[in-house]
Amino acid sequence: MREPVAIAVERLGKRFRLGPRATTDRFTERLQTACLNTVRRPWQWLRGSSRPTAPTTAHRDEYWALDDISFEVRQGEALGIVGRNGAGKSTLLKILTRITEPTRGRFGIRGRVASLLEVGTGFHPDLTGRENIYLSGAFLGMSRQEIRRRFDEIVAFAEIDAFIDTSVKRYSSGMYTRLGFAVAAHLESEVLIVDEVLAVGDAAFQKKCLGKMQDTAQQGRTVLFVSHNMLAVQTLCSRAIWLDGGSLRADDTPAAIQQTYQRATDSAAPSSHLLSASADGLVRVRSASARPIPINAALTVQSPVEIVVDYDIIDQPRRLHVCLYVFDSTGACAFCTFSEPSTHPPGHVRATCTIPGNLLNAGTYAIDVQIVEQGTTVIVGIRHAIVFDVLDADRTTSWLGTWSGAVRPACVWQVSSLDKATRT
Amino acid sequence: MTSTPIKAPRPSELTRVTTSVPATAAVRRPPDLVYHGARSPWELVDWRELWRYREVLVALATRDLKVRYRQTLVGVAWVVLQPLATMFVFVTLFGLLGRQPAAAGHPYLLVVLAGLAPWQLFTNSLQQASVSLVNNPNLITKVYFPRIILPLAAMVPAMVDFAVSLVILSLATLCCGVWPAVTFCLAPLAILPTLGVTLGLGLWSAALHARYRDVGYALPFLMQITFYLSPVVYESAALIPSSWRWLHACHPLVGAIDLFRWTVLGHAAFPWQTVAVSSVSLLLVLVTGLAYFRQVERDVADRI
Ligand SMILES: Nc1ncnc2c1ncn2[C@@H]1O[C@H](COP(=O)(O)OP(=O)(O)OP(=O)(O)O)[C@@H](O)[C@H]1O
Ligand SMILES: [Mg+2]
Repeated sequence: MREPVAIAVERLGKRFRLGPRATTDRFTERLQTACLNTVRRPWQWLRGSSRPTAPTTAHRDEYWALDDISFEVRQGEALGIVGRNGAGKSTLLKILTRITEPTRGRFGIRGRVASLLEVGTGFHPDLTGRENIYLSGAFLGMSRQEIRRRFDEIVAFAEIDAFIDTSVKRYSSGMYTRLGFAVAAHLESEVLIVDEVLAVGDAAFQKKCLGKMQDTAQQGRTVLFVSHNMLAVQTLCSRAIWLDGGSLRADDTPAAIQQTYQRATDSAAPSSHLLSASADGLVRVRSASARPIPINAALTVQSPVEIVVDYDIIDQPRRLHVCLYVFDSTGACAFCTFSEPSTHPPGHVRATCTIPGNLLNAGTYAIDVQIVEQGTTVIVGIRHAIVFDVLDADRTTSWLGTWSGAVRPACVWQVSSLDKATRT
Repeated sequence: MTSTPIKAPRPSELTRVTTSVPATAAVRRPPDLVYHGARSPWELVDWRELWRYREVLVALATRDLKVRYRQTLVGVAWVVLQPLATMFVFVTLFGLLGRQPAAAGHPYLLVVLAGLAPWQLFTNSLQQASVSLVNNPNLITKVYFPRIILPLAAMVPAMVDFAVSLVILSLATLCCGVWPAVTFCLAPLAILPTLGVTLGLGLWSAALHARYRDVGYALPFLMQITFYLSPVVYESAALIPSSWRWLHACHPLVGAIDLFRWTVLGHAAFPWQTVAVSSVSLLLVLVTGLAYFRQVERDVADRI
């Protein structure tokens, strides 16, 4: 028998108002317009003016952050939710946790919901760790009894025994985070909803959190998990959905979602088709793009990446070479590379550069393209001509945290015991 | 939002699972699929839900109390000092004037203290309630609970203060040579109308404040006016002409304070007229307050 449905989402829609008037309304302004209107309306009516008093901007200011979302999650399933920034992931979670009401549609949930949209929900800086455990626990839906029962476990998980009676404003941010997650991790609810909260804390703690969430899913509880960390989604979730611009683009296994998501982000943003020309207009860059090899696979850490720069030489042969500067997401230049200078007759020229697999790290890279004449003069320079993401797909280690560094070359390692070697 | 278990319409196994479970106590019945949609505007408070979230109310109230009394032992002294100083000023002022706005036979000192106790409960809790939403955006946007808990919890510290002022009041009755009247036992009950007015106005101001940030500036001024409109340092029976008393009592605090003062003074005539009129306006304030708060609550998390 299939597990019963734990979460049923039916045609959910959420509309936001945009613009400055959406958030900061002033009562005095309201009064003023109301008074002016009461004066103006009869006056206009007397003059027989049928012009509307205010331009009807209502529809332009509206924006559907979620549009007609429907899906079901069965009990014990761990559902990953992925999507670009602003896709509506957090909005969806806020509706499901009832923090905000949907504009349209409805949803059903079986059992208690624990949500972790922020680490340390409801913590008060002036209270001690002990008091904050009870406080935060209450906000997250635990009864005092329940917290008392699991108190020692929580403290042990957070590893802050020595500081439990210190006020949390004296905690380091790491300790604060650990305590916050520890409380949430010990909730006994049927449904656990987690927004991107694992981006904080050190690697060891991240690993611990993911492990705890894995346990949760294995206990037959339902987990909803938003993350940009595809690796974590793949490891943790049995299914994933992809939100794009407020609508549901795909609903599949995490591996399949990762592929489609990746392909779409590649084709949507980068490989710009502008481009740029030299000052004399005689060298024009048509396009610059990045694609994985083989071409339909996901662009992962292991795959080689082919950079293609197409340009036209007009009128007369030129002696040129192409330079690529590769920047990581922090803006640091990871490396640069250039072609041999070569002379080409007027016409279409294509420069292809292959970045070997097992060199780039996971993350976003941007490439600046330059075309250089006579070895020194930059005649065309295009900042961030290519932007692409590298995915971390099949990591063989059990550790899922962030892999540091601008590059991740596959280095050759040899570790052996010297003592043993000498003895035998 | 409603949290009424509705039979799920589509998935057939839902109903099967929820009905086929044996009703033995040993088997834990899986909870129903509870549907949430827009709540009816006529449902002002979801009492059952409020009861389920009572622990949050307790936690919030204890938080406020702890934070307030942690560093300040002076806090308690302040509760005692404030009404005594105010009383001293008014007793002296009207003493100099030679005429006191109290009914014949009522010790003025007691009249003022009996007015100040509910007044202080009113202003302090209204002040706290009015900022209860805007001061807690991190809670409102990150976790769900019935939002009415915030203004409710904000009123609790002032209630604790009120308990202290009840002690002062009983001492004052002794000082005035009157043994605390039998009706004094009713004082904790007679404060309920004051709490009702406070809650109604607190809901209004909290919701308005969350929606319009400039409302906060108007509150201190309005409170000052309300102080003189309410029978705090005078008895309405002694000052307001009887033909205008019904109009005065449209201000809901009038009946509320009169009622409380009656329990303290003991032998005064029961203020039927003001209590009756004020009850109606109290109800009006409370119901409209709940309705407006409910309206704002729907999207407060998006707009705060
Ligand atoms: N309170 C609000 N008022 C107006 N617009 C909002 C509000 N909250 C969110 N939005 C808009 O709704 C859209 C979806 O936001 P949401 O926070 O759900 O994105 P997200 O998928 O969680 O993005 P991220 O990956 O950056 O966390 C965004 O365009 C955002 O600007
Ligand atoms: Mg988000």
